[in-house]
Amino acid sequence: MTVIDRLKPEGGTATHPASAPFALELQHLVKYFHPPGRQVSNLPPVVNDLCLQVAQGELLTLLGPSGCGKTTTLRLIAGLEEPDGGAVWIDGRNMTQPPQPPERRGVGLVFQDYALFPHLSVLGNVLFGLNRLPRAERLTRARETLSLVGLTVFETRMPHQLSGGQQQRVALARALAPRPRLLLLDEPFSNLDAQLRHSTRQEVRAILRRSGVAAILVTHDQEEALAFSDRIALMRAGQIEQIGTPQEVYARPRTAFVASFLGRSNLLSGTVQAGLARTVLGTIELEGEAVPDGPVMVSVRPEHLAFTDDPSGTEAVVLAREFKGHAVTYTLALGQQELQLHDTGQALHAEGQGVRVCAVRAGRVVR
Amino acid sequence: MNRRLPFSLLLPALLTLLGVLVPLSYLVMRALGADPGELREIVFRSRNLTLAGNTLLLGASVLLTTTLVALPLAFLAARTDLRPRGLLTLLGVLPLAIPGYVGAYAFIAAGGAGGAIDSLTGLRVPGPGGFWGALLVLTLFTFPYLFLNLHAALRTQDPALEDAARLLGRTRWQTFWQVTVPHLRPAWLSGGLLIGLHTLGDFSVVSLMRYPTFSAAIYQQYTAAYDRVYSAWLALLLLVLTGAVLWLEARFMRGVFLSRVSPSTARKPGTVKLGRLRPLAWGFVAVLAFVSLVLPLGTVLYWLGLETSPFAWPSLLDALQSALGAAALAALTTTALALPLALIGSRFSGRWPRVIERAAYLGYATPPLAFALALIFFVLRAAPPLYQTLPLLIIAYTLHFVAEAIGPIRSGLVRATPRLEEAARVLGVSRAGALRRVTLPLLGPGLLVSAAFVFLSVLKELPLTLLLSPIGFETLARNVWSYTEEAQYASAAPYALALAAVGAMLTLLILRRERE
Repeated sequence: MTVIDRLKPEGGTATHPASAPFALELQHLVKYFHPPGRQVSNLPPVVNDLCLQVAQGELLTLLGPSGCGKTTTLRLIAGLEEPDGGAVWIDGRNMTQPPQPPERRGVGLVFQDYALFPHLSVLGNVLFGLNRLPRAERLTRARETLSLVGLTVFETRMPHQLSGGQQQRVALARALAPRPRLLLLDEPFSNLDAQLRHSTRQEVRAILRRSGVAAILVTHDQEEALAFSDRIALMRAGQIEQIGTPQEVYARPRTAFVASFLGRSNLLSGTVQAGLARTVLGTIELEGEAVPDGPVMVSVRPEHLAFTDDPSGTEAVVLAREFKGHAVTYTLALGQQELQLHDTGQALHAEGQGVRVCAVRAGRVVR
Repeated sequence: MNRRLPFSLLLPALLTLLGVLVPLSYLVMRALGADPGELREIVFRSRNLTLAGNTLLLGASVLLTTTLVALPLAFLAARTDLRPRGLLTLLGVLPLAIPGYVGAYAFIAAGGAGGAIDSLTGLRVPGPGGFWGALLVLTLFTFPYLFLNLHAALRTQDPALEDAARLLGRTRWQTFWQVTVPHLRPAWLSGGLLIGLHTLGDFSVVSLMRYPTFSAAIYQQYTAAYDRVYSAWLALLLLVLTGAVLWLEARFMRGVFLSRVSPSTARKPGTVKLGRLRPLAWGFVAVLAFVSLVLPLGTVLYWLGLETSPFAWPSLLDALQSALGAAALAALTTTALALPLALIGSRFSGRWPRVIERAAYLGYATPPLAFALALIFFVLRAAPPLYQTLPLLIIAYTLHFVAEAIGPIRSGLVRATPRLEEAARVLGVSRAGALRRVTLPLLGPGLLVSAAFVFLSVLKELPLTLLLSPIGFETLARNVWSYTEEAQYASAAPYALALAAVGAMLTLLILRRERE
C-alpha cells in the first residue's frame, strides 16, 4: 500500500490498496448460521473463505445449486447479514471494518419476490430511495428511471395491478433510481414464465449496460448465467469452484461439478497413459495441460459425441431420445454406463436400436 | 433474520409476563396459606364436585350447540347460492355486539308473568332459567366466535382438494365429510377454545339464570359471603379446569396443519345450489335472526317505552362517557402492548418468544373473576393505594385482552414482511425509518381492528369492571348488571340499548375492515 493511497479522502473509512478500485471485492468472507438459541454450531459455514473481485461495469453471475450460499453472499454484500470473518469492499471503501448498515452501502438490491411496497404506487416505490436527493430533482430522477424500464405510463398504478414482468421492472427501476455503485439481483427472473424470462433478461442486460453499473446476478439457471454475464462464478458449498467468462468455463471445466452443472456432460472414468485416456468409449485424446499417467475422470460434452458407421466405434443401445427441433438428445447405454449424445443430423434412431458412437473432440480431465 | 431480541421489545414482554404471573402466584400462595383443617374442609366439600360437574356439562353443551348453529350458517354464507351473503355474515357476527348478560336480561324480561311477551300478546311463555336458560343465552351470544373462524376457513379452503376427492370417486356428501370437515378442525378448535374459555369465565349469565357454576360461586362468595380463602380456592379450581381445557386443545391441535398445499394460484371454492332445500335454509336463518336479534332488541325497546324516568338521561350520559373513556384508554394501551408482542411472535423463533406469547394467552385464558381476585389480593398486599383506582382497572383490562389484540396485528405482519424492511434499508433508510415508512402504514388496518376488538370487549366486560372499578365509576355494563340483578328491567333498558348500539357499530367497523 502506498502512502498516496492511504491519504485518499474517503469519508473516514480506510481506502483500498488498488489504485482503480473494484466495484466489489470480497476478501476471505466467512458466514456461519447458528441454529436459533445457540451461539455455536457444528454446521459447516454457509460461506466459506470466499474471495471475489468485480470490476466497474461488469456483469457477474453467481451460479450454483440451491443451498450453496449464493443468496447469503448477496445478503452479506448488501449488509443484511454480518459476516463472521473477512471483509467486503465496495468501490474502494471497507464496509465491514467498521460495519456499515445497509442504508450506507450504496448498493441496489432486486429481491426474488421483488418486495415492492404494497401501500405505495409505482412512482412512490421508485421515489422511496431518493430521500437524499434535493426535493426538486426527485421526481425528475424517478420519471427518468421509469422511462429507462419503459413504465412511465404506469406510474400511478399500485403494485398489485401490475403483471409479473411489470412488477419486475418496477423493482429494477426502484433499485436503479438512487444510482447505486453496485446492483445485486437475487434470482430476479425466477418468478416469470419461460418466454417472459427470456425477453426480460435481455432487456435488463441492455438497461444495465446503458447505465454502466456493475451487477451481480444470483441464479441456479445455467442458461441464464451463460446468456447474461461477462463472467460466471460457480459456487458450491460456500466456495467458488471456478470463475471465468462463460466460454472459458463451459469449454474448460476444471471439476466434475462444473462440467455437469454448466451444460450437460458425460463423466467417464479411465486411465491416462502417455497423454491418452482409456475409457468405455475407447481411447480418447485429451486437451489442456499435460496429465500424468494414472486413473482420471474425463468429461466429454454430448455435442462432442457422434454416431459413426466405422467398425472401430463403440457399440451402444439407444435408451431414449428427446426431440428438440434443431437437434436430438439421445440417451445411450454402453454396458453399465449411460451416455448423452447431442445429434444435429437428419436421421433418427429408434429407441432400442443398436448404434456405434465415437468422440469427435478431445475430452477434458476434471477433478 | 434477527436472532436476539432487542431490549425495546423485551421490556414490554417481561412486563406482560410479570403482570400475569405474579398475581396468579400470589393467588396460589393465598389459597395454600390456610390452616390444614380448614383446607381439607374446603377442598373436599361435595359442593365443589357439583360445581365442577355443572361447569363441565355447560361448557360441553355450549360447544355442541354453538357448532350446530355456526357450522350451517357459515356453510350457507360461504358456499351456497343463498343471497344476500352480506346479510348472512351480518347475522353470524352481529350477536357479538350483545353481551351475554344483556341477552339473559332480555330473555328473562321477555318471558314469564308480566314479561314483554305476556303484556303484548297475552301469551304466557315460561321465562328461561337453570341449565337450559344458560345454554340458550350462551349459545346465541357466543356462536359468532365459531362462525367467524369456520366462515373464514370455508371461504379460503383450496377447492382443488374437493375436486380431487370428487375425481377419486367420492360423492358430494362424502367429500363434505371426508375432506371439507376435517380441514375445518383447526378453525373449529380455535373458535371452540374461545367459546370454552368464555363459558368457564362467565358468571353473569349463569347467575341470572340461577345455574351454579364455579364462576357463579366465586361471584357469590365475593359479594355475599366474602370468604376470601374459599373464593381463592374456587378461583384456583377454576384455573385448573381452564388449564385442562387448554391442554386438551393443544393435544387436539397437535399435528394439524393449516397451510394450503397447492402451489397454483388461489381459486375460490364453488357454489352449492340449494334447490329445494332453500325454504329450509331461510327458515333456519329467520328463526336464528328472531331469537338472537329481534327478540332481545324488541324486549329492550318494550321496557324502554314502558317507563323512562327523567333522571335516567344524565346518568346514562355519565355512564356512556365513563364506559367509552375506559374502553378507549384500554384499547390504546392494549394495542400498544400487543404490537411488540406480535412482532416477537412473528419475527423471532426459539424458546423465549414462545414463552412470552404463551404468557399473553395465559392472561386471556385466566377466568376474569379469578384474575380480578388475584389482582385484588396482590395489590392489597403490595400496593394498597392502587386498589379501586382507574390505573389498576386499565392494567387489568390490558393484561386480560392483550391476546385479543395480537391476532389482527399478526395477520397484518404477514403483509409487512421483514423483507420489505430490508428493501427499505437497502434503499438508504434507517431501521427506525423503515418501521415508520413501511411497516406501520402496512399495519394500520390491523392496528385499527385490534383496537376496535379491545374497545368492544372492554365495553362488554363485566367481572373485572365490577371488582376493580373505582367507587362511583359507573359504566354501561355495570348499570345493566346492577339493575337486572334487582329485576328493575325498565331501568336497565337504556343502558342495555346503548351498549348494543355502540357494540353494533364497532362490529360493523370490524367486519368492514376485515373484509378489505
